[in-house]
Amino acid sequence: MSIQYVGLKEINGPLVVLDKVDHASYDEIAQIRLSDGTTRVGRVVEVAGDKVVLQVFEGTKGLSLTNTKTRFLGKPMEMPLSTEILGRVFNGSGRPIDGLGEIYPEKSMDINGKPLNPVSRTYPRNYIRTGISSIDCLMTLIRGQKLPIFSGSGLSHNKLAVQIVRQAQIAEESGQDFAVVFAAMGVKNDVADYFKRSFEDSGVLQRVVMFLNLSNDPIIERILTPRCALTAAEYLAYEKNMHILVILTDMTSYAEALREFSSSKGEIPGRKGYPGYLYSDLASLYERAGVVKGSTGSVTQIPILTMPNDDITHPVPDLTGYITEGQITLDRNLDQTGIYPPISVLPSLSRLMKDGIGEGYTRADHSAVANQLFACYAKVQDARALASVIGEEELSDIDKAYMSFGAMFEKYFISQRFDENRTIEETLDLGWDLLSLLPMSELDRVDEKLLSEKYHPERALRFK
Amino acid sequence: MNNEIFSINGPVVKVKDTKDFSMLEMVYVGEKRLIGEVIGITEEFTTIQVYEVTTGLKPGEPVYPTGSPMCATLAPGIITNIFDGIQRPLKKIEEISGAFIAEGANVPALDEERLFDVKVVVKPGDALKGGDIYATCPETPLIEHRCMLSPNLSGVVTWTAPDGKYKITDKVAEIKTDDGKTVELTLMQKWPIRQPRPSKERLPISRPLITGQRVIDTILPIAKGGAAAIPGGFGTGKTMTQHQLAKWCDADIIVYIGCGERGNEMTQVLEEFSELIDPKSGNHLTDRTVLIANTSNMPVAAREASIYTGITLAEYYRDMGYHIAIMADSTSRWAEALREISGRLEEMPAEEGFPAYLPSRLSEFYERAGYVETLNGKEGSITIIGAVSPQGSDFSEPVTQNTKRFVRCFWALDKALAYARHYPAINWTMSYSEYTDDLADFYNKNVSEDFLLCRQEISNILIEENKLMEIVKLIGADVLPDDQKLVIEIARVVRVGFLQQNAYHKDDTYVPLEKQLYMMQLILNLYKNAKNAIAIGIPISEITALGLFEKVIKVKYDIPNDKLDMFNEYNAEINSAFSELMQRHS
Repeated sequence: MSIQYVGLKEINGPLVVLDKVDHASYDEIAQIRLSDGTTRVGRVVEVAGDKVVLQVFEGTKGLSLTNTKTRFLGKPMEMPLSTEILGRVFNGSGRPIDGLGEIYPEKSMDINGKPLNPVSRTYPRNYIRTGISSIDCLMTLIRGQKLPIFSGSGLSHNKLAVQIVRQAQIAEESGQDFAVVFAAMGVKNDVADYFKRSFEDSGVLQRVVMFLNLSNDPIIERILTPRCALTAAEYLAYEKNMHILVILTDMTSYAEALREFSSSKGEIPGRKGYPGYLYSDLASLYERAGVVKGSTGSVTQIPILTMPNDDITHPVPDLTGYITEGQITLDRNLDQTGIYPPISVLPSLSRLMKDGIGEGYTRADHSAVANQLFACYAKVQDARALASVIGEEELSDIDKAYMSFGAMFEKYFISQRFDENRTIEETLDLGWDLLSLLPMSELDRVDEKLLSEKYHPERALRFK
Repeated sequence: MNNEIFSINGPVVKVKDTKDFSMLEMVYVGEKRLIGEVIGITEEFTTIQVYEVTTGLKPGEPVYPTGSPMCATLAPGIITNIFDGIQRPLKKIEEISGAFIAEGANVPALDEERLFDVKVVVKPGDALKGGDIYATCPETPLIEHRCMLSPNLSGVVTWTAPDGKYKITDKVAEIKTDDGKTVELTLMQKWPIRQPRPSKERLPISRPLITGQRVIDTILPIAKGGAAAIPGGFGTGKTMTQHQLAKWCDADIIVYIGCGERGNEMTQVLEEFSELIDPKSGNHLTDRTVLIANTSNMPVAAREASIYTGITLAEYYRDMGYHIAIMADSTSRWAEALREISGRLEEMPAEEGFPAYLPSRLSEFYERAGYVETLNGKEGSITIIGAVSPQGSDFSEPVTQNTKRFVRCFWALDKALAYARHYPAINWTMSYSEYTDDLADFYNKNVSEDFLLCRQEISNILIEENKLMEIVKLIGADVLPDDQKLVIEIARVVRVGFLQQNAYHKDDTYVPLEKQLYMMQLILNLYKNAKNAIAIGIPISEITALGLFEKVIKVKYDIPNDKLDMFNEYNAEINSAFSELMQRHS
C-alpha cells in the first residue's frame, strides 16, 4: 500500500484532516513527508467515510494545505525492541536521541499494549526494599505494584525518586536482573538532566532506559511517552524475565497534554476541562503494572505527579488514587521544617503491603508496628490541634507524651539522609524504640505477648 | 444490501443508510467480528457501541446483525466462573489468546462439553408455566441448579429424557406450547441483560443480611432484598468492606462485579476466595461466587454492560429460590463509562458532563434488587451493595447524590477514620439505614428483645460524644466534669472495642449476632456501674485505674466466638470490682 495523498484539508492544533482517503483504519500510523524532505508521524484518531483525522506527534508547525504527502502504514504505532535498549536514551515517541544509532529490533510491539486478563495475573507478594524507613515500614512497595508519589511543585519528589532507584533491592535475592525504565513527560530540561546525572553518579545508568519528553517538546509525543516506556518495560519484564521499576514523571503534565489534545479535537469536557475518559486513559497506563503468570519478571510503577496548588482533590491525583494501589504523599509543612523525605504518613498508604510483609517476607512483627505507629501518629495530630488552641502547657500528660512522640517520630523515623540506606530490621527496631516513648497502655493495636516482648521504656531513652 | 462501517471514533462505530438493525440489538462488527450493540438509530446513521478495542477497524468493513438483543447465557456452570463484562469466560480466553486479551475472541460463555448429573423433575403430561422447574443438577457442592422454563413460555410436557449425564446444550425435555408449537428444552436459556426477569410479586422486606460486621449488623443493618451504597474516597476501604461482605454475609450466592477497578484486586478475590472456607457449609467460598471482572483497562463499553450482566445472572438464581448478594465495585466507574460513551455520541451533557439519564439508569439498576415470590412459588432475594467512588471525595457529586435517592442504606466511609486506621471506616454520624424498623421483628424474635434497646443506647453514647468533642476540640478534655469525661471514655470503648473490627483476626473477622449483643451488654454494664460510682463522687481517675476499660476493649480478641459464656465472668468481674470500689468510698 504505497498510495500517497497529496495535501491536507484542514489543520487544527496538533490535528490534521485529510479527505478522499481509501480505507484508512482506526488507530493506524501515517507518515507525512514535507516538501523540504523531513517526515513526521501521525496517528488516525477518527475516520468517517473517506475523511480521516490524524494527530501529528511532532506538531503541525510548518505544515500547509499543499506541502505534504501522506502515506498510511496499515499498522498501529509500534516500538522496536531488544535488550540493547538498556542504557539508551529515547525521545517521547521511542526514537533514540543519544546519537548512538538505531536499535536492531528483536521484535516490535504495539505501544498501546493489550488489556491484561485478570485471571493471568499473579497477585503481587514480594516486597521491594527501598531503604527508606517510612516507605518500607508504613507503605511497603510490593513488586508489581503501582504506587504513585503525590507531590507539589518545589517538593523533593525527584530526589526521593532517585534515592528509591539507587537503593531499591529485590528482597529475595533471586539473582534476577533488575532494571529501571524512566519516562519524563513535560519536565524541565535541568530536571531531566538531574536524573541522568544521578543515575550516572550512582553507576546505574547501564540498567536504565530513558524516555525524555521535555516541557517544550510536542504534546502529542507526551501522550506517547508513557506508552513507549511501558511497552519497553513489559518487553523486558515478560519476555526477558527482568524486574522492572518504571518511574513516570510528571503525570500532571501528561494529563494536561491529554486535555489540550482533547479540546483541539472538540470533545465535550468533564471536570476542570479534562476529557471524560481521563480515568480510562490513566488506567490504561497504570494497569500495565503487574506480575504475569508464566513469567518471573514484574513491572512496578512509581508515577510522580505534582498536585496543582497542593490539592489532592484535583482530578489528576484524585483519579490516580482510585486506580493505583495506594500513594506516597509529600507534605509542604514537613519540607519547610527541613525534614527529608517529607512523607506525610497519614494520607499515604500501600494497599498491597498486607500480603507482602510479615513472616517470610519482612519480619513477623511488621504489621503490628506499622499499625501502632499509624494509630499513635494520628493521635499526635489531635494533640497538636488542641495545643494550637489552648497552648502546649495546658495539655494533659498523655497529650504531652504524644507531642514528644510526634516530634521524635518525624526527626528520627521519617527523616533520613539522602545516602542513608536502612535495613528492614533497623527500621522496625527504630519503630519499637519510638513506641516505647509512650505509656504501654496507649499501645492498643498490638497484642500483649508481642508488646511485653518488645516494649521497654529504656529503648526510648536516647530520644529524651 | 451490505451494511458497512462508515465512521469510527473510539468504541463508537456508525453505519450509514441502513434499516436492518433494531435498537439494542447485538451485532458483530468488522472482519474480526467484534461484539457490539446498537445504541442509536436515525434515518441516516445507525450507531453501535463496540465492546472491544477498535484499533485496526476500517470504514467499509461489514457489520452483521444477529436479530437478538445482548443476552446472558443462563445454564449450569456459571458459579465459580469468572467472566468479563459481556459474559465471556476469562479463563477460556486465556487459553486462546494468552495473558493479554486479543480482539474478536468469541467463545461460548459456558463450557459446552462439561457433563452435569441431571435429574428431570417433570413427566409427560405435566402442564408447565413460565418459571416452573423441569430439571435439576448439582452445580457446585453448595448450589443445586434448577432449570426453569423461560418466563415467556408455557405448555404441556410431551417428552422427557431419562436422568443422567448431559451437556448444557443437550435436549432434556420437550413441551407443546398453547399455540401448538413444539419447543425443545435444554439446560440452557438466554435472557436479554437490560430487561429485568419477571417474578410473581414483591414481598415486604423483613430479614437482615447478616454480615458479621458489627457496625453494619448492629448500627446500620442491611436487609435481604435491600440496596446499600458505600461511598468513599480512595484508600477509605470500599473494596475491603466489599470483600468482607462477600466473604461473610449469609447470602446463598455472591455475584461480585469488578467494574472498572484494579486488576490485582480481582486476582486477590480469585486467590483468597479459593483458599477460604465458608464457615457455615465447610466448602470453598468460590463454590458460591460468580466473578465479573471488567477492569479499568478493559474496553469501556463492556464496563457499562458488566453491571447488567451481573444482575441478570443474579435474577436467574433468585428465580430458583436463592438469596443473592451483589457487590458492585464501583458504580462510579460504570457511570463514567456512560459519560464517556455519551460524550462520543455528542449528547447534551447535564451535571459534570454526565448524561441527563444518569439518575434513571441508576434507579433502573437499584430497583432490580428486592425480596420476591418467584414465578414457581419460591422465595428469593437480591441485595445490591454498590460502591461509589466520589470525585475528590466530595459526596455532593452527581453519582453519590443520585445513588442516595435510590438506596435506603448509606454507609459513608470517612477519610479521617481511615487515616487513623479505624476500619471499617464507616462514619456513624453521616451514615444511615432505613431498614432498622423493617427488621425490628426479626431481631426481637431471633436474637433478643434487648438487641435494639442496646443498639439505641450505644448510638446515644456516640451522639453524646460527638457533641462533647466539639467542646473538647476548643478547650481540652481536662476541664470537663467527671460524668462527661466518662462519656468520652465509654465512647472510646465503643469505638475501639466495638465499631472497629479487625478483618485479619481469626475471631474478629466475623462476629455472630449473639456475640455482638453480649459485647454491647458488657459495655453498657460497665457504663452503668461507672455512672453510679461517679454519682457518689468517686473520681474518674480511680475508675479508669481499675483497668476495666482496656479489658473490655480487648474482649473482641479475648473471647472466642465459640466461648460466649465467658461474658458472664467478665460481667461478674466488673460488678465486683465496682462494688469493692464503692465500699472503699462509703
